[in-house]
Amino acid sequence: MNDYEAILRAYKLSGGNPRALQFPDIGSLVVKENKVLSSNEVEGLVLKSEETPEGVRAKLLVKRGFQIKNPVHLCFGVIPEEGIQEIIMDILLEDNSSVELLAHCTFPNALKVKHIMKAKIKIGRGSSLKYSEVHYHGLKGGIEVIPKAEVEIAQEGRFYNNFTLIQGRVGKLNIDYNVKVEKRGVVELIAKAYGREEDEIKIKESVFLNGEEAKGLTKSRVVVIDKATSEIIGETYGNAPGARGHVDCVEIIEGEAKAEAIPKVSVSNSEAKVTHEAAIGRIDKKQIETLMARGLDESEAINVVIGGMLK
Amino acid sequence: MLKVEGLTLVQNQRAILNKINLEIKKNEIHTLLGVNGVGKSRLAYCIMGCSGYKIKEGKVYFEGKDITEFSLSQRAKLGITLAWQESAQFEGITVKDYLSLSRKNGNDSLKEILDKVDLNSKLYLDREVGEKLSGGERKRIELASVYAMRPKMAILDEPDSGIDMLSLKKIKDYILSLKERGSSIFLITHREEVTEISDKISLMCRGEIVKSGDPDKVRDYFKRRCGKTCNLRKKWDERL
Repeated sequence: MNDYEAILRAYKLSGGNPRALQFPDIGSLVVKENKVLSSNEVEGLVLKSEETPEGVRAKLLVKRGFQIKNPVHLCFGVIPEEGIQEIIMDILLEDNSSVELLAHCTFPNALKVKHIMKAKIKIGRGSSLKYSEVHYHGLKGGIEVIPKAEVEIAQEGRFYNNFTLIQGRVGKLNIDYNVKVEKRGVVELIAKAYGREEDEIKIKESVFLNGEEAKGLTKSRVVVIDKATSEIIGETYGNAPGARGHVDCVEIIEGEAKAEAIPKVSVSNSEAKVTHEAAIGRIDKKQIETLMARGLDESEAINVVIGGMLK
Repeated sequence: MLKVEGLTLVQNQRAILNKINLEIKKNEIHTLLGVNGVGKSRLAYCIMGCSGYKIKEGKVYFEGKDITEFSLSQRAKLGITLAWQESAQFEGITVKDYLSLSRKNGNDSLKEILDKVDLNSKLYLDREVGEKLSGGERKRIELASVYAMRPKMAILDEPDSGIDMLSLKKIKDYILSLKERGSSIFLITHREEVTEISDKISLMCRGEIVKSGDPDKVRDYFKRRCGKTCNLRKKWDERL
């Protein structure tokens, strides 16, 4: 099996559609370890990449006024049991443009793998970026994933981020996002993870609502079982009139797992408003008993509730 | 079909339910009538085997089998189910998924199932059974899931609460349709107007069954005796 076939197989494990990487009208970038295996630009989308000793440096630009019709597929993976992959990514959406990025990060055999993502994202005036990132880490738990992003959203720009790691083991996850939002900009950060055995989940998301009527939502849904741990820090700062923010964190624990939620809301303008809600605990008894009353076993009922929450 | 003998529930060192005897016959609508707070829902939880409702004394039989020590799940697998007074929320689970979980015993279409609770399948199937639905909508969806299950015994805890008078007829039609397809129904309510469809009524007061039998007679007794001014009720409230 050659490198491309190997990464496509792994891509599929993380829920990706390999056929999408072959259509000329779909933008894509496929990276295995520090090798760029394929890259496809479409009209309005500029995609440049260069290999570095431990990964890839990539630039993705959406030109002013362009609405990229099809989602752009990004595939990052490490196939061997050991390795490091550092992706340095600059994403720029010029004014009044939009794009949807579907990133699949796959490490199916990881025993000692480190995946680092350092992203700088700039969203121009009136532009919109949807970024969905799905991970598959295999079943051995020997992986460390460190996604960091610095995001700037200009006036009336929109950024929707959805991070999902619910298949296989998490290993060690350490998310750190910083988002600055200007006038009437919108940010929505959703993170979902399912930790098992001795997995460690750390999510830190900071949103700075600096412009008038800027809006922010950070939503975390984490399940930890066995001896897994999770720590979620959701920070939102309301710094301008009419800014509205909300931090919403739910962590479910079973077994000997431990979870911590640290919401921080801060308002420096009397016309801003930021709220938060956090809940940690076992699954609601009524949900489980309702499903059991329809004939499901307790374990089936727990799986249905968790599956729904992480969907 | 279902027989309860001498059921006693003690919580916080108090007898909440005291020596309850009940028998619900096959294909019968048996109503448990009583004002709020007399222990009707707790009796439902005991019969269903919910956690925290382990009975101190008594037996529960289903189709002749002693199920007193059965878990909730085992009881459900025998064909007993419960629709809660306040329905649970399920984040990320659509109405379609939720109903499909209950549909193992039959092949009714989802549209047919939702029609029974007067909900439009086109508007609801893809919606989450979560906080965006009202309590009344979630309740109808829970009743729909009971219908989808084709239970032998459906315990319906206040299916009329939170439902307007206009929809009351629909609720009664729904219960009758459950009966038509062979279910026995244990209907819990504090509203006498819902009891018109009953084959038998048992009246509950202070954690005890005080009267049981002909619906007209029990209803009449309820009207005359079970007002807010009832002294027995006040004493019961104080005791709780």
